[in-house]
Amino acid sequence: MAVTRRQFMKVSAAGLAASSVGALGFMEAGDALAAGVRPFKLEKATETRNTCPYCAVSCGVLVYSVADAKDAKPKVIHIEGDSDNPINRGTLCPRGAASLGFVHSVNRLKYPMHRKPGTDKFERVSWDFAMDRIAKLAKEDRDKNFIAKNRDGVTVNRWLSTGFLGGSSCSNEAGYLTYKVVRSTGILALENQARI
Amino acid sequence: MTNSWNDIKNADVVIIMGGNAAEAHPCGFKWVTEAKANNGAKLIVVDPRFTRSAAVSDLYAPLRPGTDIAFLSGVMRYLLANGKIHQEYVKAFTNASYIVKEGYGFQDGLFTGYDEARKTYVDRSKWDYEFDEQGMAKVDDTLLNPRCAINLLKAHVDRYTPEMVERICGTPKDKFLKVCELIATTANGERSMTSLYALGWTQHTTGAQNIRSMAMIQLLLGNLGVPGGGVNALRGHSNVQGITDLALLSTSTPGYLVLPTEKEATYADYMKSRAFKPIRPGQTSFWQNYGKFFVSQQKSLFGAAATKDNDWAYDYLPKFDVSYDVLKMVDMMAGGQMNGLFCQGLNILMAAPNKAKVAAGLAKLKWLVTIDPLETETAHFWENHGEYNNVDPKAIQTEVIQLPATAYAEEEGSATNSSRVIQWHWKAVEGPGESRGDIQIIADLQRRLRALYAKDGGVFPDPILNTAWNYAKPENPEPAELLKELNGYAVEDLPDPADPTKTMLKAGQLLPAFALMRDDGKTSGGCWIYTGVYTEAGNMAMRRDAADPTGLGIHPNWGFSWPANRRILYNRASADPAGKPWSERKKYISWNGTRWIGGDVPDYAPTIAPDKSVGPFIMNQEGTARLFARAAMPDGPFPEHYEPMDAYIANPLHPKVSTNPAVRVFAADAKTFGTPDKFPIVATSYRLAEHFHYWTKNVHDNTILQPEMFVEMGERLAKAKGIQDGDWVEISSQRGAIKAKACVTKRIRPIMVDGKPCDVVGLPIHYGFIGLARKSQPVNTLTPSVGDASVNTPEYKAFLVDVKKTTPPASQPAVA
Repeated sequence: MAVTRRQFMKVSAAGLAASSVGALGFMEAGDALAAGVRPFKLEKATETRNTCPYCAVSCGVLVYSVADAKDAKPKVIHIEGDSDNPINRGTLCPRGAASLGFVHSVNRLKYPMHRKPGTDKFERVSWDFAMDRIAKLAKEDRDKNFIAKNRDGVTVNRWLSTGFLGGSSCSNEAGYLTYKVVRSTGILALENQARI
Repeated sequence: MTNSWNDIKNADVVIIMGGNAAEAHPCGFKWVTEAKANNGAKLIVVDPRFTRSAAVSDLYAPLRPGTDIAFLSGVMRYLLANGKIHQEYVKAFTNASYIVKEGYGFQDGLFTGYDEARKTYVDRSKWDYEFDEQGMAKVDDTLLNPRCAINLLKAHVDRYTPEMVERICGTPKDKFLKVCELIATTANGERSMTSLYALGWTQHTTGAQNIRSMAMIQLLLGNLGVPGGGVNALRGHSNVQGITDLALLSTSTPGYLVLPTEKEATYADYMKSRAFKPIRPGQTSFWQNYGKFFVSQQKSLFGAAATKDNDWAYDYLPKFDVSYDVLKMVDMMAGGQMNGLFCQGLNILMAAPNKAKVAAGLAKLKWLVTIDPLETETAHFWENHGEYNNVDPKAIQTEVIQLPATAYAEEEGSATNSSRVIQWHWKAVEGPGESRGDIQIIADLQRRLRALYAKDGGVFPDPILNTAWNYAKPENPEPAELLKELNGYAVEDLPDPADPTKTMLKAGQLLPAFALMRDDGKTSGGCWIYTGVYTEAGNMAMRRDAADPTGLGIHPNWGFSWPANRRILYNRASADPAGKPWSERKKYISWNGTRWIGGDVPDYAPTIAPDKSVGPFIMNQEGTARLFARAAMPDGPFPEHYEPMDAYIANPLHPKVSTNPAVRVFAADAKTFGTPDKFPIVATSYRLAEHFHYWTKNVHDNTILQPEMFVEMGERLAKAKGIQDGDWVEISSQRGAIKAKACVTKRIRPIMVDGKPCDVVGLPIHYGFIGLARKSQPVNTLTPSVGDASVNTPEYKAFLVDVKKTTPPASQPAVA
């Protein structure tokens, strides 16, 4: 049986009445307490298990989301430590405890942006424009600067004039796909935060 | 970490040196608290600052930034001179008894084989053992031969007397000896010590050797492979372990295989120096399986295009000449040798040293692509932010494309924590606006490149056209598909080795263990150490059974710990050579007469009897751990103290070779090092409990807690410079200058170095010109562009500055 916190308080108040505490005259106080309890704010939220995005302790977090009244799109309303996780046992540090503010930061990026050479602003562009442009710039540079053989005639198949810095907060799956795609182009300058 | 977060609770002594777990890893530090409260553990903290870790320590010792090797070598000297080593462990499980080649030597700061002109050890052939006719390393079990590794070690560390430690490190002799005594209480198999470190050790020109020094101490004490022991790197980013495992590193391929060099023209050349044969009788030398891991990986990358006939698409991989690490990339950018750069969740303008050089490099690129959930300084490097980023956009011709990525709560997948545990996370909501997941973004790039090469042709299109791409939704592969690919599967039906008439695995079935990988193209697997994470039994990273049957914090059914779900590496060493635990208190795995049993997966073949004398360090050709590193390190088989590149004093041990002679210094950086006559104060950088790198300055609550840049300095220095708490201070180095508010504190005190007081200042790294926090010039304006001799981690933790009282910056707006 799923018992909400409000129901639990009511049941407890009823229990109080039948107990010696009730006999002592605390019954009304119990009723008042039950009546004063606001609905638990996470009652209707969806709970999703996730991991804190910051350091590599990997604290388990519970992400609570509810559908936004306006567009029915679920929105994160609360994040707390996952007490089932044996590593953090529900605790979070000042960074993890404030991570809801990262999800909703005013500096979250929403759209692809483009800065033309010599200008002083970003302009919003479509994904299609951005990705086409990137593929074109990358291919141009690769085709022009690819080194098939070194001075000794050894096949080296490397592309040195473009680099790729990977993010060590990406998932393993994103990281592996990145490795696959980047290495297949011949890029050697592939790094992440591991040694900086 | 060799051990795990939870295992810290089993320690009797915890040493935090080169890190500050209480502030940088607070919820991991809980396990230190647990050890103190419930295991009677004592906490030692060695740090230039009296940190919050130090505040709850039982023993705190200060040291000058960049002198850890002198301190740790002093500890080794103490242990060896006082017989405080675990004799049986050292004799059986390390190379203590191995005889080192005639010709190896160390004099005046240099090991044998140094080339003065090339500034590197060109000949490391003498850093090795004597071998017999069968190719086996010679040993002397009596340890009487003066060329036994342990005797050479004794001679090497003999110079690090407590007096010399005090002279170099500034650690008072009595405090140093107390630390030694406490460490020595674990040299017996009854008690164990764990070592917790982070960037305080890695970010030095001697970074890898700092860590090696502690590994050697742990070997002398018998603390590797045991509960509550180990050498434990507390890592910074949520998946830096995973991304390292998967080799977003210039000279690696996934699973710590090495990318081919240009000296290895063919696959056969490549394998010649990889599949290491045992060099002691009967040893495992696990890298004999190298070819199986490599071929399976090539099948994962290139599928049917990787065949025996084309050497498993060996030519599809780029061959390297030198390391293209971040420092090298910045040097190439600044030198006009790089045209394009992708920054996927890496803010290089803040993260690489010498900001002026990084900014100049970015301005020379033709194009820059950033992929991030947040605004970054890098994406805005061309934007004028007054004195905080004083550039002229008109003069910067770099085209910039900024792509919005989703963040953790908006995507599913796995991440690998510091203790190698792979855990799955689930998606809660969609990302904001048009943001996309990194998988979709990178898949889109591949598809467009592939289409362009297919349509227009171009240079060597083969690897791009033949990248294996068997995903249900090619435009956005499912994370589960990718984790299965990493795990590996049978490409064809695999016969049962015991009975060839039977099929062990059918084509397409997932591999249960890396032992099944093959070098004939019949198996595929992206990263051998991840095999077992996603089997026919399901996604092991999703497992959430927190049960801990032994009570040792193993939690075997929580996620999946690579390799093979093993929670403590080298755990065979928790038992004596006969397979009996060193003590009941530290019982972990043991031999029951027919197999190895215990609460963890043995790091050993499960049925090899102890009398076969197979060593516990199965990745090494010797089967033993190395006190003497052979030629594995570029800067010496033993650690040696060298001053940071911004040298505060001439090295008292060998003033003519003051700094690490094997460090790579680019010509452009040769004049960027500071000297104490101009910059007489030692600076170190660090992280705050309230901030994460350069992200949380975009988060409201964190910027309220720590709103602005400051410089932490001791009372003596503040008084001498006429600085009061809260005054504006200019901090300058040979690379540049920044302004910060003074935080005058008792937490940093002058350290007596070579008889004179040395002032130290501390600088948090978190502030820049983007975000909600007050704007600041970032700390990397000050730091030198030089890295560790082994892996080129920048020297952020020890550099020279001057400080003076100054006026406030022209503007201090809180930026929205």
